Amino acid sequence: MTPFTRLTAVAAPLDIANLDTDKLIPARFLRKLRSADAGYDPWLFYDMRFDGEGRERPEFILNQPQYRNAQILVADLNFGCGSSREGAVYALMDYGFRAVIAASFGDIHYANEIQNGMLPVTLPQQTCKALRDQLRARPGAELSIDLESQIVTDTLSKTHRFDIDAVYKERLLRGLDEVAMVLQHLPEIEAFEKRHHEAHRWLT
Amino acid sequence: MTTPRSLFAKIWDQHVITEREGEALLYIDRNLVHDGSFHAFTQLAREGRKVRKPRQTFATADHYLPTVGRSRGLASITDPEMRGMVDLLEHNTRENDILHLGIDDPRQGIIHVIGPELGLTQPGLTITCGDSHTSTHGALGALAFGVGASQLKQILATQCLWQKKAKTLRVVIDGVLNPGVGAKDVILAIIAKIGTAGATSHSIEYAGSTIRAMSMAGRLTICNMSIEAGARAGMVAPDDTTFEFLAGREFSPKHEEWDRALEWWCTLPSDDGAAFDSEVSLDAAALEPTVTWGTTPEEALPVTARIPCASDLAGPDKQAHAAEALRYMGLTPGTPLTEIPIDRAFIGTCTNGRIEDLRAAAAILRGRKIVVPGWISPGSTPVKRQAEAEGLDRIFTEAGFEWRDSGCSSCAAMNGDTVPAGMRCASTSNRNFEGRQGKGARTHLMSPAMVAAAAVTGRITDVRTLLRS
Repeated sequence: MTPFTRLTAVAAPLDIANLDTDKLIPARFLRKLRSADAGYDPWLFYDMRFDGEGRERPEFILNQPQYRNAQILVADLNFGCGSSREGAVYALMDYGFRAVIAASFGDIHYANEIQNGMLPVTLPQQTCKALRDQLRARPGAELSIDLESQIVTDTLSKTHRFDIDAVYKERLLRGLDEVAMVLQHLPEIEAFEKRHHEAHRWLT
Repeated sequence: MTTPRSLFAKIWDQHVITEREGEALLYIDRNLVHDGSFHAFTQLAREGRKVRKPRQTFATADHYLPTVGRSRGLASITDPEMRGMVDLLEHNTRENDILHLGIDDPRQGIIHVIGPELGLTQPGLTITCGDSHTSTHGALGALAFGVGASQLKQILATQCLWQKKAKTLRVVIDGVLNPGVGAKDVILAIIAKIGTAGATSHSIEYAGSTIRAMSMAGRLTICNMSIEAGARAGMVAPDDTTFEFLAGREFSPKHEEWDRALEWWCTLPSDDGAAFDSEVSLDAAALEPTVTWGTTPEEALPVTARIPCASDLAGPDKQAHAAEALRYMGLTPGTPLTEIPIDRAFIGTCTNGRIEDLRAAAAILRGRKIVVPGWISPGSTPVKRQAEAEGLDRIFTEAGFEWRDSGCSSCAAMNGDTVPAGMRCASTSNRNFEGRQGKGARTHLMSPAMVAAAAVTGRITDVRTLLRS
């Protein structure tokens, strides 16, 4: 996993609360295989980005030239609610996004971002709105995110501190492989398993 | 004296292997996979890892199966990408020695229907699946939650998962439900009350006299939609209803093991005085049949209500969402819900595809005809056979419903069972998101009896007007 340390990049504002994972990637694209040369980027926000004929909708934020290279998304409440599809994170990442700033996240989507080395930043709803207003006032402006110090710097150089669980922070900063982190505990797992299955024999 | 603990805390504590900085390494008793789980297997193979405990993972195909013409097995799936998904599950489970109930297996069904049906779902267990509706299994007193592909890979590789302990929310529902009002109405009313993010980071325990009196099917419906309130898990304390449901099922404990299990299960319900981080209560007797009008499950109202104006909603966020939802749904504020015409009716899914759901629909449809196209996709192949044994299939087909095979079908519409753009569907599914049932499709969530009533009249209908004494 690629570590996440700090990022200064174009940020795109998206004024939609409860942006569900069906919007992030419609279900009909989830059967696509994903490989190094075939990413999920074409399907990101598909029905918002493209019309019925597959033409770009010019009004959609990511179709505007200033935002094409955006790597940070600034959203609202309950970003990524709904289904557990990790395809939503693949689509964001393959498009180029490395971080989402929102007032809150759907739990499973939040975990999926962490698992893929993408940073979910939680800031108060008012702050998210202020950031979106700034970004609309200066299309193509950049935000900076420093995970080590847990600081977002806005377009007016004002800083906003965010909270993140220490374990998630460490995992992102170091790009840790979670399976390896579990298997470090293999002797404890095996001891637990033995006890647990002796007490509940019908489960084996 | 020990501190009183909740059902959630007891199961959690019994599965913690080790802890570090606000996270626990949690042991997973049972893991479920389906035909949408391929990313996890691909990642596992890429990392050169094997499934550590193949006998603790169980698989079935549900998302991509066609719901008609299944007699030719895999060959009946005409779309090569969809067939590829089902084929990949068969391949991945064979390679990893996992029990797979495929397209031809008489036990096939939606994973959240067959888990309880087979007795795989039991009180006190930790259960995971790469699907957000895994919360369903909590109805039997399990701690069950959905995970993404990477976490699923972690479970396949280790049978464990690093997890942050959820906060707890107890939802207490007391009183007797009125005729025509059921579990789906209860959960829609709860979500309308607390909102789609109302239980984020929480595990819900549903309690109270209404839940105690409710059948397992009803509890499964309620726990299923916990994720629609933002909760990872929803659970109900195990009781005699649970034990009677589980007795004799394929994977249920037998003989002296049953006695040992029962003894353990009886220790699981929340202790008196157990602390919850928050609590919400609901009066069952005040509930009416409930229907969604918008594009998030919290945008729901009693069927006797009218479509709201966006400005009626509390706060600018909800108002903005409602304005967009009304546009997408093509609805005019002030219209009585019962004057909204529908184009399609759909009964089935992990929310409402059980035999009790089909019986409730059949009770409305017996001797009546439907006036819009309607599909019924039973939650599992055993449910389908049971319904046929009871003659329900004849009631449905005589009414004009298509009697289809089991799968996720038109809930996620991944198998091509879509609702055409602009069409309005009365549906027993769990999500009314934009485009959920197909691009441009408009979904109104409601109970099976309410969908049956809407199909008969061609508009959203208060099922109580069609109840027979």
